[in-house]
Amino acid sequence: MIATAHDFALPDTDGRVHRLSELTATGPVVVVFTCNHCPYALAWHERLADVAHDYGFRGVRTLFVNPNDGERYPSDSLDAMRARVADQGWNVPYLHDEAQEVARAYGARTTPDVFVIDGEMRIRYRGAPDQDYEDPAANALWLREALDDVLSDVELRRPQTTPVGCSIKWKP
Amino acid sequence: MLTAMRPRIELLWWQGCPSTERTLADLRAALTELGLDPDAIEMREMATEQQAVQEHFPGSPTIRIEGADPVPADDMPGLTCRIYRRADGRPSPTPDPARLREALKQAVAA
Repeated sequence: MIATAHDFALPDTDGRVHRLSELTATGPVVVVFTCNHCPYALAWHERLADVAHDYGFRGVRTLFVNPNDGERYPSDSLDAMRARVADQGWNVPYLHDEAQEVARAYGARTTPDVFVIDGEMRIRYRGAPDQDYEDPAANALWLREALDDVLSDVELRRPQTTPVGCSIKWKP
Repeated sequence: MLTAMRPRIELLWWQGCPSTERTLADLRAALTELGLDPDAIEMREMATEQQAVQEHFPGSPTIRIEGADPVPADDMPGLTCRIYRRADGRPSPTPDPARLREALKQAVAA
C-alpha cells in the first residue's frame, strides 16, 4: 500500500518557506532527513547533492531537512546549518524542522532517511540512498532507480530499503 | 611471538550509532593479521551522557589501545556518532583500517 505524504511547510536557512504540496504540483520531490554532525549523512551528502543536480534537469526537486535537536547538538543548530550552506555553496534548500513534527510525521529514524514523493503526494520510496555509505561509486543507485521508475510511471523495483545512519536526536 | 604481547584493546560504543559491527570486524581482522587474538577486545557500552563525560567518550565508535585513542579527537564528550576521515579525506563513521593496523603494530612493538 502506498502511503500519502504528510504536507509540510518549513523554512530554509535564509528563512524562505518551502511547502511540499506546492513543489509536488510540478513533479516528484526527494525529501532527505539529514544533519551536520552525522558521519553517515556526511558520507552520503555529495551523492545526494549529485542526484539533486542530475534529476533537477528532469523536474525533480530535492529538500534536505534537519530535524535534530540543535540545543543538545549545537553543530545542528540553525546557525551551524547556515554556516555549512554558506561554506559549501549548496544546490539544495536546507530546511529546519525545529519542532521535529515533520520527521515524526514521516516516521524518520535516521540521518539520512530518504523519501521520494510523487506528483500526487504519494510516498514511493523510503530508505537509504544506496547499499554502502563507504563506496562513492554506489552513486545513490537505489534513489536513482526509484526516481527513474517514478518518472517512467512504472512500478518501483525497490520501494523500500532500510535507512542507515545516526539516530535522530529528539528533544527531551 | 606477537600473541604473548597482548595490548589492552577496548571498543567503546553507543547503541544510537550503527557503526559498531563494522568497526569490530575491522578491528578483529587487524588483530588476526598481526597474529593477535581477535576475541581479545573489551566491549564497553556508553549508555548515558554522564558516563560519556566520565569516560571522555568523543562518540561511537571509539577504540582505545593501551588506553590511547589511535585517532585522537578534540570533540566534546557525548552520545553521538564519531566522524572519522579516510586517507583521501572522505568522512566515514569508522576508523581507517590501515590506521588501526598501524596503531596495533606500534602497541605490540612498544
